[in-house]
Amino acid sequence: MKNKRLVTLMPTVPDTEYIHKCTSACAGCSSDLILRHVLKAAGPDTVLVVPACCTSVLQGVYPNTSFGIPVYNVAFASAAAVASGMAAAFEELGKKTNVIAYAGDGGTVDIGIQALSGALERGTNFLYICYDNEAYGNTGMQRSGSTPLGARTTTTPGGKPHPKKDLDRIIAAHNLPYMATSCSAYPQDLVKKVEKALSINGPKFMHVLAPCPPGWRYDASKTIEVGKLAVRSGIWAMYEREYDTLTISGQTKAAMMKPAPLEDYLKMQGRFSGLKPEQITEIRQSMERNLRLLKLEAEGTC
Amino acid sequence: MLTISTGNNAVAAAVREAGTAVVAAYPITPQTEIVEQIANFVTKGSMKASYIPVESEHSAMAACIGASITGVRTFTATSSHGLLYMHEMVNWAAGARLPIVMANVNRAVGPGWNVWAEHTDSLQARDTGWLQVYVATVQEAYDATLMAFRIAEDRRVYLPVMVNLDGFALSHITQQLEEVKAGDFIPPLVLDHRIDTENPGGYGCMTSSVDYVRIRSDIERSMRDSVEVIKETEAEFAQRFGRKYSWTDDYRCEDAEVLILSMGTLGKEAEVAIDILRDEGIKAGSMRVRWMRPFPELDLRDRELVVIDRNYSFGFGGILAGSIKAKTGKDCYNVIAGLGGQEVTYNDIASFVRNRKTGTEEWFGVKI
Repeated sequence: MKNKRLVTLMPTVPDTEYIHKCTSACAGCSSDLILRHVLKAAGPDTVLVVPACCTSVLQGVYPNTSFGIPVYNVAFASAAAVASGMAAAFEELGKKTNVIAYAGDGGTVDIGIQALSGALERGTNFLYICYDNEAYGNTGMQRSGSTPLGARTTTTPGGKPHPKKDLDRIIAAHNLPYMATSCSAYPQDLVKKVEKALSINGPKFMHVLAPCPPGWRYDASKTIEVGKLAVRSGIWAMYEREYDTLTISGQTKAAMMKPAPLEDYLKMQGRFSGLKPEQITEIRQSMERNLRLLKLEAEGTC
Repeated sequence: MLTISTGNNAVAAAVREAGTAVVAAYPITPQTEIVEQIANFVTKGSMKASYIPVESEHSAMAACIGASITGVRTFTATSSHGLLYMHEMVNWAAGARLPIVMANVNRAVGPGWNVWAEHTDSLQARDTGWLQVYVATVQEAYDATLMAFRIAEDRRVYLPVMVNLDGFALSHITQQLEEVKAGDFIPPLVLDHRIDTENPGGYGCMTSSVDYVRIRSDIERSMRDSVEVIKETEAEFAQRFGRKYSWTDDYRCEDAEVLILSMGTLGKEAEVAIDILRDEGIKAGSMRVRWMRPFPELDLRDRELVVIDRNYSFGFGGILAGSIKAKTGKDCYNVIAGLGGQEVTYNDIASFVRNRKTGTEEWFGVKI
């Protein structure tokens, strides 16, 4: 009965599971949830390339694996380059196998950005997904280039003094065929975008927000709530960009018209407990600027 | 087919002849010509392969790893700082048991900035699990590169092979080259552990110390097994193509009372020195060490040793001399010579032998 209800709610999401039970993910882990839906969308003819990140741990310890597709674990900085070689080799072999690099924000915005930029520039036929929990989660929540302003991490115990790196505009500057943002709290949106990405030849990029209970310091039961609030407040915008055409996703359009209070999102998380009022203002201004620019771009006026 | 070729172009020709499917490389002096030549082959259609012009050497080895795990033949080339920059992935390739072949054009490591020959770059990678061969002629660069694929891809080995040639002293000089038709000397690659969506599994995942130790010891077992594979491959190469190679390239060693041991092009220079010394009545011979990993069994008997190292391990000594001492317990006269392309002539080498003082180390041209 329960399953039937699930099918009714998410008719577009395939039933097949590629992530087996008993992964070593933390309770309430949203990157596990993202990967579950990414793989549902991608199907069995898929190889994951995973650099050092939470995913390299939650798949389990050799000789066991909790994933039902081949996973190639590689060094931190190398995911996009390994995927480049793999995609070229599959092409030489005449295989249509999906090559998906699945990397955290550290492996993407920091140490892996050179390899990612190179792969995008070379037109590598692959999908790169950055699941963003806004810190180095695997090693115990140290700051990354993706950590937002004011967030407390183990290496920014007084709150991060610098704002989040704008990865998406860096990626967009590569003028790639397809890029999208999504959030773990919206699996149907995620599945739809992954399916679309994989239908396109060339480099594709997705940036998915991945709330993290131990890192963001909220109760593990609130993962979906935090993710939805990120989108509804507008702090996390969801959209697709096909070359220079931007389409803002419905949830973010709604947030642009009637946003949830940003303070509600910030207050839910222990990592923002030390925010000063002027930092909240700065975060708000940065969010509003981002939404304004996205809106202008979607309307074709910028 | 007889041609005139540089060392670099000989390597590129061997990579083409081996039927390599993916080449990912970044240009660096003095390796650049290899990359340019392969890009030419692929563009002109004389080589059916994917050439990936990566943005760094780290990515070059990473792309080779990604390609190789699918079971296709893979090659890259680098030099000096490029090799150091890819060092992490060099380890990864061996640990992942991927039969990647790489040419390293030996060059000094800065600073000071220096593009000329030295072996310290590749010797820093000697503990990574790669097989390492050092060549001395254009023909040998070609032959060793071709054989490297067969050795690496043998399922008793499944380890990457690094072919080392001296920067400029070999990479850019021209000599006669006879190319061969490899035919079934290089059989199609069948990689037993290739990634396969029909048979999903985790590759390179978190490993307990118990399994990790087993995996590392497997690398050593294969390194030992590679001795037989190298012997077989070189013997068959000699039979098919008429050129004979061995662990060491020996010149007038049979009755020698003093041996010069060296690597790379200095070994050829040493042969001229041997003739001079023999004319003077000194019974000398040259033993050029070709394979550094696996390290050879050396037939040294009770002869005096003059070891020339174009490399140095600071706080320790010449790496070849140190290796020989550690393996055989024999002391030597160790000359550190040729660093950063320092000119070392056959006359210089002859004088090393004349003035040898076993048990000491000397830096050619300077006192420390």
